[in-house]
Amino acid sequence: MLEETASPETSPQPGIHQLIGADGTSVVDELLAPFVTDVDDDQLLELLSDMVVIRRIDAEATALQRQGQLALWPPMLGQEAAQIGSVRALEDDDFIFPTYRENGVAYCRGAKLAGIMSTWRGSANTGWDPYEFNMATPQIIIGAQTLHATGYAMGLTMDGKESLAIAYLGDGATSQGDVHESMVFAASFQAPVVFFCQNNHWAISEPVGLQSHVPLAGRAPGYGIPSLRVDGNDVLAVLAATRWAATRARSGGGPSFIEAVTYRMGAHTTADDPTRYRGVTELEEWRGKDPIARLRAFLQGRGKLDAGQEAALEAKADAVAAELRAGCINMPDPAPMSIFDNVYTSGHAILDRQRDHYERYLASFSGTEVDALAEGNRS
Amino acid sequence: MTTLTLTQAINAGLRKAMEEDPKVVLLGEDIGTLGGVFRVTDGLMKDFGSHRVIDTPLAESAIIGTAVGLAYRGFRPVCEIQFDGFIYPGFDQIVSQVAKLHMRTHGQVRMPLTIRVPFGGGIGSPEHHSESPEGYFVHTSGLRVISVSNPQDAYTMLRQAIASDDPVLFFEPKRRYHAKGEVDLELDLSRAPAMGAARIVASGTDVTLVTYGPLVATALDAAKAAFDDGVSIEVIDLRSLSPIDYGPLEESVRRTGRLVVTHEAGETLGLGAEIVAAVTERCFNYLEAAPVRVTGFDIPYPPSKLEKHHLPDLDRMLDGVDRALGRPNSLSGLEG
Repeated sequence: MLEETASPETSPQPGIHQLIGADGTSVVDELLAPFVTDVDDDQLLELLSDMVVIRRIDAEATALQRQGQLALWPPMLGQEAAQIGSVRALEDDDFIFPTYRENGVAYCRGAKLAGIMSTWRGSANTGWDPYEFNMATPQIIIGAQTLHATGYAMGLTMDGKESLAIAYLGDGATSQGDVHESMVFAASFQAPVVFFCQNNHWAISEPVGLQSHVPLAGRAPGYGIPSLRVDGNDVLAVLAATRWAATRARSGGGPSFIEAVTYRMGAHTTADDPTRYRGVTELEEWRGKDPIARLRAFLQGRGKLDAGQEAALEAKADAVAAELRAGCINMPDPAPMSIFDNVYTSGHAILDRQRDHYERYLASFSGTEVDALAEGNRS
Repeated sequence: MTTLTLTQAINAGLRKAMEEDPKVVLLGEDIGTLGGVFRVTDGLMKDFGSHRVIDTPLAESAIIGTAVGLAYRGFRPVCEIQFDGFIYPGFDQIVSQVAKLHMRTHGQVRMPLTIRVPFGGGIGSPEHHSESPEGYFVHTSGLRVISVSNPQDAYTMLRQAIASDDPVLFFEPKRRYHAKGEVDLELDLSRAPAMGAARIVASGTDVTLVTYGPLVATALDAAKAAFDDGVSIEVIDLRSLSPIDYGPLEESVRRTGRLVVTHEAGETLGLGAEIVAAVTERCFNYLEAAPVRVTGFDIPYPPSKLEKHHLPDLDRMLDGVDRALGRPNSLSGLEG
């Protein structure tokens, strides 16, 4: 176990924990290795499959945004290992509090592709039932969800459950007050929460160096929260690190902080232009650490990935992409009157009056048009 | 019936809610061992334990934000914000998260939070301890906003707020904390007036005077003083600020033809502006004079030695009544 490195008195490892090097060769890491002794080649192939699929989701969604089908898309290109390694370490009853970028995590949790797209198409604020997948709605406000995860984890303790809450956050979020308050509360109440920070190096155009003069994982021990830095492009290491934190949470060890050091190879969202704020050299350096190429090389080195398996992976990704595209393009617009739904759980006199008046306004048009509006415009 | 102060009534309401539902938990600064700076939660930690009466670190955003997580988990958190002026660090969690999560999740996630806020002036406090932030929350869709004025309402409406599946901002008039009143502790909630119902607290025929929270008692004093002067004032306690129950206001203004709204919060975009606009839309043909607002000024809350000039008192209310009646008043002769 990692307790000696996890002690609040001990600084986080200066280095970054790894199990598979950038060239696809195995790395010895005594801290992480015990957590993945059960992972065989078939499971590694599944992790590879996950990563290939979510990269294809990312590419397809980016294309759909360029074609005007999505209002916006936050690319995850380059962060596949961080998303897959972390989510595959969780149990079904662990509750996830994501940012807006964890679309690969949502896919692995079982959310429907059309549902994931609906938020970015502007059809809905949430594309899945949080309680069906134990995954909260995407969070746009930076860092807000870390408090929700901490509170949920406090509730788990009160309920006597051994599961955990995990908060995803980015490097930029570590500048937000909510993240610091959440670490204070998590430590105060020893909440079984995992702070999973994907340091992708850029908060839109602000570099991580502007956010912190120490490694992000170095902040958590100051709150009494054990932390570690892991190579976020090494899916096996991320899996192990998340299991380390999950083991602590489930055994009453309290909160943990993981800094997954990765890189956002695309834009922050499709609305920005990274060529204005970062150099080509940096991007090329990180392209050499590509998480998918790395695992592929690792498996090929072991003779566990042949052409037939590669073709099957691509075929699966093609099928997912086709389903995503069809689900997005065929998504109906919601009914106009639905804007009044669920603001309150029961009647609110002022809103009820506004709803009534707007309904009367719509009814002043032709009956056919009102019906169409009520049922939703399927253009 | 039992005679209780307003703080004792709130304490009793919290106790009852916690006894009835083990998922009701309290969070706040100093609410446990100390029993809150106003002693509202006195004795509750001792009786229910530190896992249900949670003394938190000093971090308002975290108090609200972790309550959001607890609500995700099925709890019914009751947060105490120690003073009105301390709610702003938690503002984002309230307006961006608490208010919106039910709609954002298409009704799948409920946020049955109650956020208790001691508010308003008149107790001689330093800066940040006497504010009236209710307007911010009335303006935010997804929240219900309550302000109580007496011990019975405090007991009843707090229990209703905790039972509500919607988030409720529960504003407690701190200068009335020690006001006593009869409280029916055995009250059947299902037979109590709805949490959103306005109430006529004094009947009258000449002017409708609308207020809430700390100024209800002042308005009643004004009505008594006016009565001696031959003017009959009907006083309405809004009780609910969101939604406002316009039925009793409309009915009253149609009888009196005159409306005065009074509150401690500043005038611009305060509740008075909304009430005047809404009543004018609904009762224009019944109004015999322009509605009048008697409010705090649009200033940062003044030092306590000056707060008596900021807060509407009985005389300022009566001056407003005179304006509504077209009687000589402080603004007589002034155009516009």
